[in-house]
Amino acid sequence: MKSLDSVFGIAGTALNAQMVRMNTTASNLANATTVANTEQDAFRAKRTVFKALVKEEYTNAAAPYLGGVKVDHVVDDPTPIRSLYDPGNPLADKDGNVYLSNVNEMQEMVEMMAASRSYQNNVEVVNTAKQLMMRTLDITKS
Amino acid sequence: MDLSSVFGVSEQALQVRSQRLEVLSRNIANADTPNFKAQDLDFKAILKETEKQYLSATHPEHFAAIADAPDNGMRYRVPFNSSFDGNTVEISVEQSNFGKAAADYQATANFLSNNISGIRKALKGE
Repeated sequence: MKSLDSVFGIAGTALNAQMVRMNTTASNLANATTVANTEQDAFRAKRTVFKALVKEEYTNAAAPYLGGVKVDHVVDDPTPIRSLYDPGNPLADKDGNVYLSNVNEMQEMVEMMAASRSYQNNVEVVNTAKQLMMRTLDITKS
Repeated sequence: MDLSSVFGVSEQALQVRSQRLEVLSRNIANADTPNFKAQDLDFKAILKETEKQYLSATHPEHFAAIADAPDNGMRYRVPFNSSFDGNTVEISVEQSNFGKAAADYQATANFLSNNISGIRKALKGE
């Protein structure tokens, strides 16, 4: 039953990675309207970069599943930061500008849909593997 | 009669089936991983491998037989469409294959189950 066991593990790593992706999307959406005093401090949309666990050294003790997936790193969206002339804003700099985040709400919604679809796919894998395992346990019955 | 021969190939077949499920679950897990190449098991290649005969060393002085590495049946999938990030997983293909592989597994499990109920009947002699 080694193989069916690792199906659960592999799908589990994917569920975890997609959950991190959904969390970053939620964080991006939450910060879509934050403004900052300088361009450096402005919020930049975060993107997760996935990596396949194809080698033993990529895995860790908690998830020793070859062939799974993990979030390798999180990168900032390179889209330029927009500035807005708003002298009434308490965060405005000496020229009266505030700096908006570069989050694109549409893009984030699409990203969230994609992540949730991938999550569902892996849930389905777990369900099927569970059914097959139960069926295998029942071999000696009847 | 050896009881293990009753099950025929079903036992090994079940192993290959579950192995294929694992490979396909890997593909589905990595559907969003850049540069991941989808793989699949070639059932024919695995079957051929079981028929191969290797020279066996019957004496400690014998040289080890020089043979090709055993074929584990793993093949890279050729995608219908290429993608921008180098990923060759096509989720619809993987889903349909996974469904078929699950059905195959169930079929093999059913054969095994039938074998066992046959033996049980013979033992009871009803």
